[in-house]
Amino acid sequence: MTLETLLFYFFGTISVGSALMMVTRRSPVIAALYLILNFFALGGLYLSLHAQFIAFIQILVYAGAIMVLFLFVIMLLNLGDEKKLAEKISYKKIIGAGLSFGVLMELIYVLAFSTASLPPSQFEKATEIGTVENIGMQLFTTFLFPFEVTSILLLSAIVGAVILAKKKLR
Amino acid sequence: MDLQSYLLLSATLFIIGVVGVIARRNAIIVFMSIELMLNSVNLSLVAFSAFLGDVTGQMLVFFAMTVAAAEAAVGLAIIIALFRNKQTINLEDINILKW
Repeated sequence: MTLETLLFYFFGTISVGSALMMVTRRSPVIAALYLILNFFALGGLYLSLHAQFIAFIQILVYAGAIMVLFLFVIMLLNLGDEKKLAEKISYKKIIGAGLSFGVLMELIYVLAFSTASLPPSQFEKATEIGTVENIGMQLFTTFLFPFEVTSILLLSAIVGAVILAKKKLR
Repeated sequence: MDLQSYLLLSATLFIIGVVGVIARRNAIIVFMSIELMLNSVNLSLVAFSAFLGDVTGQMLVFFAMTVAAAEAAVGLAIIIALFRNKQTINLEDINILKW
């Protein structure tokens, strides 16, 4: 068993386990903490795929910024009685969960047993393409226009968030 | 490891996110399940990028993260506005747009 296989199973188990815990917890704060654990495990998987830049962005932006925002909002809302939010199990939810499980079975069937061949693996090249240098080079040459459009998206998101969270519109 | 293993892991995480959206009624947990689904797709994109030797997948993940950050800010602002108006984040009680 190579180190990469070991790391895949280690981080894969953590990510699936923490995702299951996140979906089933009643308290939103505990669910958010499990989601942070899940993001760290995904960061480890990105590192084992040689995507260094994406791994660091995952930790910085997702586990850092976005989840802090989530925790702030949970604490701002100050949900006193979580009993009121007690979730009932209804037949609709069971049918929905069963159907999603069916989709998962289909996906597993297609991925694990299909005879269609994937293109040959070029994993040895992966060490070069994931570096910050290469990503930055691509970002400012091939993907310059989407990169600039991103700034407009973020500006409109800031304006939208401020206006939506304001007390009174006038 | 081969590409299929990463895709299977990504599919599993995505379906867990779908179940979270379908079965939970707490708006914040539904929102976190959506983030989980976004992340599982990112994982499959990075896996394709690594195994096909192409940087485009990782660029798409970069932009998806930008969109996710914007989406989180706006979505949480919507949840705050909802809570201020209806005093609840239970999705069963938020039904004024329901037919």
